[in-house]
Amino acid sequence: MDAIMLQEKLVERLLCPRVRTARQKEKQYVGFATLPNQVHRKSVKKGFDFTLMVAGESGMGKSTLVNSLFLTDLYKDRKLLNAEERINQTVEIIKHTVDIEEKGVKLKLTIVDTPGFGDAVNNNECWKPITDYIDQQFEQYFRDESGLNRKNIQDNRVHCCLYFIPPFGHGLRPVDVEFMKALHEKVNIIPLIAKADCLTPNEIKKLKDRIRDEIEKFGIKVYQFPECDSDEDEEFKQLDKELKECTPFAVIGSNTVVEARGQRVRGRLYPWGIVEVENQSHCDFVKLRNMLIRSHMHDLKDVTCDVHYENYRAQCIQEMTSKLAQDNRMESPIPILPISTPDVETEKLIKMKDEELKRMQEMLNKMQQQMHDKEQ
Amino acid sequence: MKKEIELEAEVKVEICQSVQDLQMSFIRGSDLFGYVGIEAVLDQMRSKMMKAGVEFNIMVVGQSGLGKSTLVNTLFKSKVSRKSCTPNYEETISKTVKLHSVSHVIEEKGVKMKLTVTDTPGFGDNINNENCWEPIVKYINEQYEKYLIEELNVNRKRRIPDSRVHSCIYFLPATGHRLRPIDIEFMKRLGNIVSIVPVIAKADTLTIEERLEFKERIRQDLTTNGICVYPLKEYDEDPEERILNNRIRDNIPFAVVGTDKEHQVNGNKVLGRKTKWGIIEVENVAHCEFVNLRDLLIRSHLQDLKDVTHNIHYETYRVQRLNQSNVNFSELGLSTWLLENGSGEKYESESHL
Repeated sequence: MDAIMLQEKLVERLLCPRVRTARQKEKQYVGFATLPNQVHRKSVKKGFDFTLMVAGESGMGKSTLVNSLFLTDLYKDRKLLNAEERINQTVEIIKHTVDIEEKGVKLKLTIVDTPGFGDAVNNNECWKPITDYIDQQFEQYFRDESGLNRKNIQDNRVHCCLYFIPPFGHGLRPVDVEFMKALHEKVNIIPLIAKADCLTPNEIKKLKDRIRDEIEKFGIKVYQFPECDSDEDEEFKQLDKELKECTPFAVIGSNTVVEARGQRVRGRLYPWGIVEVENQSHCDFVKLRNMLIRSHMHDLKDVTCDVHYENYRAQCIQEMTSKLAQDNRMESPIPILPISTPDVETEKLIKMKDEELKRMQEMLNKMQQQMHDKEQ
Repeated sequence: MKKEIELEAEVKVEICQSVQDLQMSFIRGSDLFGYVGIEAVLDQMRSKMMKAGVEFNIMVVGQSGLGKSTLVNTLFKSKVSRKSCTPNYEETISKTVKLHSVSHVIEEKGVKMKLTVTDTPGFGDNINNENCWEPIVKYINEQYEKYLIEELNVNRKRRIPDSRVHSCIYFLPATGHRLRPIDIEFMKRLGNIVSIVPVIAKADTLTIEERLEFKERIRQDLTTNGICVYPLKEYDEDPEERILNNRIRDNIPFAVVGTDKEHQVNGNKVLGRKTKWGIIEVENVAHCEFVNLRDLLIRSHLQDLKDVTHNIHYETYRVQRLNQSNVNFSELGLSTWLLENGSGEKYESESHL
């Protein structure tokens, strides 16, 4: 409903100034300025989807943060594994999907969890299952895109990966660096400082500076906020600048609601005080939420589609063409892809028909032979 | 000063039947008809100890950044950790575990303590942490070996320099879940050779309920895996001690917070961490259990830690070692020791063994 009203207002505004001047200028108004609103209405009807991956060691507060971000309880019946069970565990990939609706806008949110990451004694290549998963999603999208039926492609590509850095260390640990380097060209990485309530403001500042320096030093390409347009107002620019200087965000999550200063807020109750999750002076949770959901969600999806997926695709095609060249076949302009056959039944049918054809051919040959013999 | 108090304790003496011509008899305290002054032994011991001083060796083990150095500084209220002593200290993660010992002599009310803090940078910090506990096991055994050699020496010193590790403080990160595989591997291997005191580091990230649940899960994990941490149940000597130690055992691991900064709270200067939502007082029992840890390590169980190390862990090592190195002492094992000590004479030292 708001969209329609907006559209009407826009049309009015466009028409208004012309009222004062001669109406002959009306002929020059085409009306495509309402396109954004049309797109808006269509998207609202269709709904959005967003895939978020959370990665980090156990006990960093990943589940709690996800619950706080989307105000849901995705992990109600989770059982914590004891250490014996964890010794033999490899990194798993678990997907939770939830449909959220707010003011008529539907969001299909998928959270990809990575339990077991970094928990073992020997964590060599513990990120491999994660990179494999991301590549799988890209591959599936690639096939779907090149397939015959493109109407209902399901986009399972990971749009953003929140990486939780423990606040206990003095910066990035070797496993953090290796993980981010393995993933920075496949997905948008947003590093976060987890459990930030064990750090004083000074310590947070030092840690953030240290992490930023190390990210630069190791050449890790984390997600960069796009530059805001030059015609945005000063306040927006100022906010944007503050946002950029605040990375990596120091976050705190909470599953409980406590009473603070006469209000009920999400927070953690300690003997020495109450930490409010949504208080900007306590932690950067609000900044993260605003960035992730309110301002940059679409940009994250765009970067995933335009940059990471395209890189994957280009790489894939290059590999295929080089393979073809090796096989000494004719270089076709379009690489021959195995067409995805979503229908196993048609394949079976084709096989059956092939066999039947073969049989008939044999019978024909036999009959010809018999006739030939008879003649002789 | 002579005090006219009758001894109440019973004095029991065993009758040694294996040695002839030696007779002892029971003397009950109430049989004494005057003040003997046996209790003055305590004063003598105290003055001797004050003159000689106390040696205490701690080892701190845990991942980088868990606050080990800060905690040690807070425990002994002075800058005794490796970080405070190394000039131009830079926080880098080393690829292997390298042990680093720093010794200080601190004095309080006339009692001198030679405190040695052994730090283990690089433990658990790398991607592949297999066998990262081996340098630590090696170090501890080396200290036992040193003491053993000195003890078996012909001309041994009156006070053997004691560099054995009396207590190993193991830092667990405050994840709130359970023990991690690396924690279990380490504590399994070291629980038998040194007294381990596990602590939850940087505990100001856990609320009280989370802390209790975490501790409960850790205790379960410790029992399931058969890990022995200090104080050990088997070595409680009397019921009184047992009650005290049970109280401690129900509370380990202690959730600690360390700091060396002071702030003003209600007009007093307290050690604490100042955050936007409050000040965490390190020495406040309602906030964290630093006081319990300090009392355990220093005020009540310091001597016990040393005794356990000497009587139990060291003896185990000694027996193992002496069984290992040859049965025929007079030929191989002992003669090498003798040569090392600069004496070429054969020495029948069975009485030692």
